[in-house]
Amino acid sequence: MISPRAAQLKVMACPACGLVVEDGQPEAARCPRCSARLTRRRPNSVARAWALLIAGMIFYIPANLLPVMHTSLLGRASDSTILQGVVEFWLAGSYGIALVIFVASVAVPCSKFLILGLLLVTTQRRSTWAMRERARLYRLVEVVGYWSMLDVLVVAIVAALVKFQSLSDIEPRTGILFFGLVVILTMLAAMQFDPRLIWDSEPT
Amino acid sequence: MSDGELRTFPHWVICEHCDSVYRRIALQAGQAARCPRCLAPLYRASRLDAQRWLALTIAAGIVFLIANLCPLVRISLQGLHNEATLWQSAAALAQGPVALIALPAALSIIVVPFLQIVLLGWVLAFACRRRRAPGFAPALRLLGLLRPWSMVEVCLLGILVAIIKLSGFLEVAPGPGIWAMAVLMVLITLIANRDVHWLWEMVDDVAAGAAA
Ligand SMILES: [Zn+2]
Ligand SMILES: [Zn+2]
Repeated sequence: MISPRAAQLKVMACPACGLVVEDGQPEAARCPRCSARLTRRRPNSVARAWALLIAGMIFYIPANLLPVMHTSLLGRASDSTILQGVVEFWLAGSYGIALVIFVASVAVPCSKFLILGLLLVTTQRRSTWAMRERARLYRLVEVVGYWSMLDVLVVAIVAALVKFQSLSDIEPRTGILFFGLVVILTMLAAMQFDPRLIWDSEPT
Repeated sequence: MSDGELRTFPHWVICEHCDSVYRRIALQAGQAARCPRCLAPLYRASRLDAQRWLALTIAAGIVFLIANLCPLVRISLQGLHNEATLWQSAAALAQGPVALIALPAALSIIVVPFLQIVLLGWVLAFACRRRRAPGFAPALRLLGLLRPWSMVEVCLLGILVAIIKLSGFLEVAPGPGIWAMAVLMVLITLIANRDVHWLWEMVDDVAAGAAA
């Protein structure tokens, strides 16, 4: 037996508190329990998610090309990008840490771009392909997305610690700003996308 | 149009991820209901009653204070010493052209966890006395909005990575703040990573019980 969907029973869920409310009212109805505005779907979900996702993808380029950190140690100064940081750990034999940073700063953002792009394209085409798997991919993006903030926080801690003026000093550089914006923009894109749209193309 | 109340169906539940409608069934503590259509979790029965939940929230508040006051990491290089707290870490980003990024960093590791603890403490303190707190609805809505931006666990991993990164060229020792962060991570997960919707139902039951 297939369970009915909200539209078939003329009900909807309050987006804020989850209460099930009858859906027969015109626009701008409010939830009787928490007075949040009731909407059937997140408004303009696909267009907003695309805009945020594309902005995130564009910022990902300077995030990788520009240095994220400036290190000076006993007179020797160097700038390093995220990938150089990964390579440094790898060459130093810290394979675990290299892998952790690689996952947080390359694997997670790139798979977010791919998955969100795939979800947006398939929902726009009203595809019925692999709905359950696509729903699962969406939940995956929601769960792992924020781990990318790791790089920003590492730079913050390291820069706060190493402050020995001429002897040694670490400062944040512009790349980390772009990288942080990528994380925020892709998180917002995932929040804007409405996973219920995946199931709206299901034949009834 | 009409000012008639909308009809509500408190015994139904709608899957947030696919809009399927189900009848609520009572679960045993610790059990979770899953949506058969999309396999997303629908709702779960909490092991925590309001008293225990409040106790954990107060504990989280104390640990939060320790984590903010104590240094996370201490370093030394050629006889010079330095240490950094959470605030100093977020503030370290607030220099030059990247200053903008200090804001989300401070929010995700300090301000959002703080608000989560305060809002939950407020709501639960009233729930323990079988009352709905003033500002209950906006507090719960804000808790829902804050949840994805709380990054205590990412911060803890960040501290560990920073320690390993620096141990290559200077002496690094963990400070007391790092242990507080580890405990805070567990407590925040316990108190704030649960279904906020569930609080509505709990307080609804309380209100119904008081009316009866
Ligand atoms: Zn509501
Ligand atoms: Zn579902």
